[in-house]
Amino acid sequence: MTKITLVAFDGTRFDVDAENGSTVMENAIRNSVPGIEAECGGACACATCHVYVDDAWTDKVGTPEPMEEDMLDFAYDVRPTSRLSCQIKVRSELDGLVVHVPERQA
Amino acid sequence: MSTPIETDVVIIGAGPVGLFAVFELGLYDLKCHLIDILDRPGGQCAELYPEKPIYDIPAWPEISGQALVDRLMEQISPFKPEFHFNRMVSGFRKLDNGRFEVETDEGELLHCHAVVIAAGGGSFQPKRPPVPGIEVYEGTSVFYSVRRMEEFRGKDLLIVGGGDSALDWTLNLQPVAKSVTLVHRRPDFRAAPDSVNKMFAMREEGKINFQVGQVTGLKGEDGQLSAAMVKGPDGDIDIACDRMLPFFGLTMKLGPIADWGLNQHENLIAVDTEKFETSIPGVFAIGDINWYPGKLKLILSGFHEAALMTQAAARLARPDTKMVFQYTTSSTSLQKKLGVQ
Repeated sequence: MTKITLVAFDGTRFDVDAENGSTVMENAIRNSVPGIEAECGGACACATCHVYVDDAWTDKVGTPEPMEEDMLDFAYDVRPTSRLSCQIKVRSELDGLVVHVPERQA
Repeated sequence: MSTPIETDVVIIGAGPVGLFAVFELGLYDLKCHLIDILDRPGGQCAELYPEKPIYDIPAWPEISGQALVDRLMEQISPFKPEFHFNRMVSGFRKLDNGRFEVETDEGELLHCHAVVIAAGGGSFQPKRPPVPGIEVYEGTSVFYSVRRMEEFRGKDLLIVGGGDSALDWTLNLQPVAKSVTLVHRRPDFRAAPDSVNKMFAMREEGKINFQVGQVTGLKGEDGQLSAAMVKGPDGDIDIACDRMLPFFGLTMKLGPIADWGLNQHENLIAVDTEKFETSIPGVFAIGDINWYPGKLKLILSGFHEAALMTQAAARLARPDTKMVFQYTTSSTSLQKKLGVQ
């Protein structure tokens, strides 16, 4: 298990024990984190699981693949730390990861 | 108003489940017309994930969305379904003779014994971009499609997006509009490389403007747009414009079907699990659009629902014919219908 934290837009913190190999989006849905909609169910076919990776974690999490970057065009208020949480796979080196939920999804 | 098309069944939605319904209904000699808002069959499989593999179609360990659609089209071809693409269903009523009338937004009328709603997540419609207050300008200054290019003649046009629609309209409307500014959040595009190259060449020639950034707000009065606020890499700027064309992809909405008076459950259509019939007898709902206890939104569930729906629809359409259950493997009459005998 890897500990990750999702911070809702209102500041509420959700500390989650996430299984390695699962996606950050799946953990958000399982724990009813508000603001993560994941309309397409994780197919990288919408942009409704958009998160901002905490500045301290951007290097470890890495940058989006071209397809995800394309999908991010549809998200609201995209920033350099933006990712789609369905495309971030939980792994041991992300223990302690913090992501922030934006004000709204597209 | 056109002369009504007379048929057995009207299927709303030409996604995988709507297509397979043609097969099941066809085995019982029921002729189908399908209506879809997209310009081709396949629904979400074709629009959202044509290249992506699906792993839970029985006997297909892996098949792409588009390949599944192609196979279904091949499978139903003996039944010669008729497609009405680029259409949305706009009207629905029960006729005095017990049949139904379905109307499309292009004014076509279809008369049928049964209506099958296989509309998945709803009809694909342009997505409203996340710009606060944009609703005020819709239909006067902000448009999501180009019906007539002349409407943009002499206008200061702002086009937003990075896909083929945004690039194509930038290129096509440049000679018509007074000025064209393309705004996209990054210098890379999803659109065809050829269009992107042409756009950059036009910018070199000073024919269009291209600004990297995201639209954060709009300025204007009484629905008349005067400028868009854009957050770019060098800060916030205002771009003067009186027309805006945002291209932010498609989203799915239930649309006018929501007003048919069908019982609903959280925006889905409630059905029974024997016939997958809605609260209006003769109107069925199959696939992702329906709800019943235990519902799973899987393509294979939709296929099963299509088979059971067919039993009820066939009784309705052919009340005097005795229903005989047969297997395609052994029935010569079914094989004749399939064109393999």
